[in-house]
Amino acid sequence: MQFMLLFSRQGKLRLQKWYVPLSDKEKKKITRELVQTVLARKPKMCSFLEWRDLKIVYKRYASLYFCCAIEDQDNELITLEIIHRYVELLDKYFGSVCELDIIFNFEKAYFILDEFLLGGEAQETSKKNVLKAIEQADLLQEVRALATA
Amino acid sequence: MRGLAVFISDIRNCKSKEAEIKRINKELANIRSKFKGDKALDGYSKKKYVCKLLFIFLLGHDIDFGHMEAVNLLSSNKYTEKQIGYLFISVLVNSNSELIRLINNAIKNDLSSRNPTFMCLALHCIANVGSREMAEAFAGEIPRILVAGDTMDSVKQSAALCLLRLYKTSPDLVLMGEWTSRVVHLLNDQHMGVVTAAISLITCLSQKNPDEFKTCVSLAVSRLSRIVSSASTDLQDYTYYFVPAPWLSCKLLRLLQCYPPPEDGAVKGRLVECLETILNKAQEPPKSKKVQHSNAKNAILFEAISLIIHYDSEPNLLVRACNQLGQFLQHRETNLRYLALESMCTLASSEFSHEAVKTHIETVINALKTERDVSVRQRAADLLYAMCDRSNAKQIVAEMLSYLETADYSIREEMVLKVAILAEKYAVDYSWYVDTILNLIRIAGDYVSEEVWYRVIQIVINRDDVQGYAAKTVFEALQAPACHENMVKVGGYILGEFGNLIAGDPRSSPLVQFNLLHSKFHLCSVPTRALLLSAYIKFINLFPETKSTIQEVLRSDSQIRNSDVELQQRAVEYLKLSSIASTDVLATVLEEMPPFPERESSILAKLKKKKGPGAVSVNELEEGKREGGELNGGGERGGDSSAIASTPSPSADLLGLRAGPPVTAAAPSAGSLLVDVFSEAGVNDDGFLRFVCKNNGVLFENQLLQIGIKSEYRQNLGRMYLFYGNKTSVQFVTFTTTVTCPGDTLVLEPLIEGGAQVQQVINIECLTDFSDAPLLNIKFRYGGALQNLTLKLPVTINKFFQPTEMASHDFFQRWKQLSLPQQEAQKIFKANHAMDTEVLKAKLLGLGMALLENVDPNPENFVCAGVIQTKAQQVGSLLRLEPNAQAQMYRLTVRSSKDTVSKRLCELLAEQF
Repeated sequence: MQFMLLFSRQGKLRLQKWYVPLSDKEKKKITRELVQTVLARKPKMCSFLEWRDLKIVYKRYASLYFCCAIEDQDNELITLEIIHRYVELLDKYFGSVCELDIIFNFEKAYFILDEFLLGGEAQETSKKNVLKAIEQADLLQEVRALATA
Repeated sequence: MRGLAVFISDIRNCKSKEAEIKRINKELANIRSKFKGDKALDGYSKKKYVCKLLFIFLLGHDIDFGHMEAVNLLSSNKYTEKQIGYLFISVLVNSNSELIRLINNAIKNDLSSRNPTFMCLALHCIANVGSREMAEAFAGEIPRILVAGDTMDSVKQSAALCLLRLYKTSPDLVLMGEWTSRVVHLLNDQHMGVVTAAISLITCLSQKNPDEFKTCVSLAVSRLSRIVSSASTDLQDYTYYFVPAPWLSCKLLRLLQCYPPPEDGAVKGRLVECLETILNKAQEPPKSKKVQHSNAKNAILFEAISLIIHYDSEPNLLVRACNQLGQFLQHRETNLRYLALESMCTLASSEFSHEAVKTHIETVINALKTERDVSVRQRAADLLYAMCDRSNAKQIVAEMLSYLETADYSIREEMVLKVAILAEKYAVDYSWYVDTILNLIRIAGDYVSEEVWYRVIQIVINRDDVQGYAAKTVFEALQAPACHENMVKVGGYILGEFGNLIAGDPRSSPLVQFNLLHSKFHLCSVPTRALLLSAYIKFINLFPETKSTIQEVLRSDSQIRNSDVELQQRAVEYLKLSSIASTDVLATVLEEMPPFPERESSILAKLKKKKGPGAVSVNELEEGKREGGELNGGGERGGDSSAIASTPSPSADLLGLRAGPPVTAAAPSAGSLLVDVFSEAGVNDDGFLRFVCKNNGVLFENQLLQIGIKSEYRQNLGRMYLFYGNKTSVQFVTFTTTVTCPGDTLVLEPLIEGGAQVQQVINIECLTDFSDAPLLNIKFRYGGALQNLTLKLPVTINKFFQPTEMASHDFFQRWKQLSLPQQEAQKIFKANHAMDTEVLKAKLLGLGMALLENVDPNPENFVCAGVIQTKAQQVGSLLRLEPNAQAQMYRLTVRSSKDTVSKRLCELLAEQF
């Protein structure tokens, strides 16, 4: 996977994760272009499209679009399920996640993503294991917080 | 972090962009003052401000400070501060070297902390940044962490993917070496998460070094087999909506696609069994109605089909795959229809499944007509193109043509190219081909590129059996009140050449033809009008009865005084030509165009350029090329091929700028086609003689390619480095070089990236003395056009000289010994360059002989001695160069123990001074 973008129906970028080195300018250009392209598509259309020399896989969850760019040989359907698993992880962590959770706790959204995907590849696909790692980290925070209190 | 939440709310409450920017600037000023303030900030505040900066950056604003504070957080012993520090560093990578040093230090500390949570954070940061500096610092350490027995599973997972990222950015720094086998064995790890992460790394490494990693094949097959045969609950949390380990399965199947089918029968049998099981499962009723279940299941299925297609050796599996995809073609899920069309495209190119794919033609045509999503229709069009062959070409072309009338603008040009290619490739009768292309122009004239209509003209000119039909059809097409300008161009050209073939019919008499063309004239652009003027002068030759009418037109002010230079010049020249030239001269000058030399269809080149080899397989295109050539009539006209080769391609003259009288138009053939720089070039030896006295430099250069040379010689051996530089921004494909003469044929890695340089090494051994230089032939495709170039490699006999020092006495004694007339070669020649003593000395030294001082009684003269080393023998040679400054002449005398050597050295050197 080359990058993942989360944006709202209004086109506001909520999360961006780049697995290839690109300049900030290029990133902004890509984001603008893709947000426009994806938002223009109708609901029943297929979730895949060719874009430059990449394949775009996207899916909408409530007000949020999750959009991944994968390479020619990557598998579209499994990427769709990567998106879904990430949504499940967010959902489980925040308890029925909504866009606001991701806005206000954006750093958590990044941490969860890092536990699940690293370098653009699935690192750990077990929901339990990912959440365990995040919970452990949270626990670490609380312990420290108690210790310093 | 309450402050952060408040800030985010503030931003969200901003009513306008301006208000938002104002709020952000206020916050930035605040943070800056806190960071600069005298009071030391506590960790919590630092974390909060760094987090705010990050938020501002992610909103799309530039952040140019805070890096140092983030780096400070890295060494905090509070996990949450460290975590925010790492997140900031990962997102806002900074190339300041002092910072990088500090970051790397912090990472190093965390990696050696033995605290798995900290280690993972550090590894995540490396994987997210992936810079070369990080690779330099950690590429050696991470493999050790990855394979160490006491590393926690979660750390192993991060380490594997971290290494993958570093390998992608700096493959030269990540050396697996001794770790290879232990990394491969991670496929056997008990922890599914470790396998899932490690396999991505192994796949990437296998693609680059298949041999070193080939033991992974059998491990992957057994792992896959265990997963495929497991019950849906066996794998606990790695089962996803009743599908056991879908991600891992896909990755395993993907890894296997890096290799040919397993040679070991047992392994292969087991794999085939897996593939069959996967195909069988597709037929079973779903275990859940959830789309996640079917997606995960089908993801594996599609990956398995990709592997089956990759092997392309199991007819049974290929046909089963095709049937499965056939079912998906009518599935209610748009995604599945899309993927089935895409996947079938590759199946169509396999000989085993081509026929099976063809049976779905009706469904695919239906998809082209009824799919509501343009990206799906695009796939359908691609598949129709891929499944087309002689048996169904007429149907497919007709469907594509009718689809074109309503096709989306975004895909029209490509559709036009595809129709044009199919029509040409599978034309059995050429009237069908002509009809198709004219229809194409009628339906989608704006999208018909030059290549397409040039091509129809080339083909009509080369096939005399279709010329009459073409003239008639184009004449009819021009009757339409509004016809596309491209139609006028084709019409003008074809009637200008072959209008006589239909002139017998009073309905298309010469004057009718002329009036028809001329009725379009005023609506056309300048290039088309120029073409029409040329058609008119051809008319004067074909039909003398039209002469006065046409002269009248040419003479009118709107032509002869046209403000456009090109039109005016044509009008003046054609008018003059028609008035003064005799009928015979006119007939010669305006003779029918000679056939076009056989060459690759320029349309194909265009499609390749547009799409790259992605959408349509390269083989497919190559096949097209061959058939295209045959259609071009080159084969049948083989008898006068020499005439063809020496005739400048006539496409230039009607279209080219300096048309004038066609006979003098010696414009290169490249005019109408894509770049064809080397066209019919013979052996190019411009560079050759410059290398007699030197070993390094640029051998050849044109707009596309630069070839540099470095060479070194010792005894009878040499080594030559050729550097091929691609000067364009486009890839050269199928780049091959062949060296002939020394006997060895070398094949270079067949790809030169745009802007890249590729090096080739040639080892040379001199067996015996020689005169003819080896030839280097280079072939490659640039934007689809085949480039062919032959160069003389500057390997000359003098390269194998071993200098020999000797005293004056010895020199003259040997000189006398070599006194047979054939042992001496002499040349007297004019100086080509200034007679500068130092330059001469440098050249003689470059020649490879020893330059002997104080030997010749005349200090102006130069004498040299050396022995040429060949495998067969040694040839001693002596040389004497006598400059005559007054006459600007040289006398060169070479004596060798072998006559051919003397002669050759003399020839080579005579050009050097």
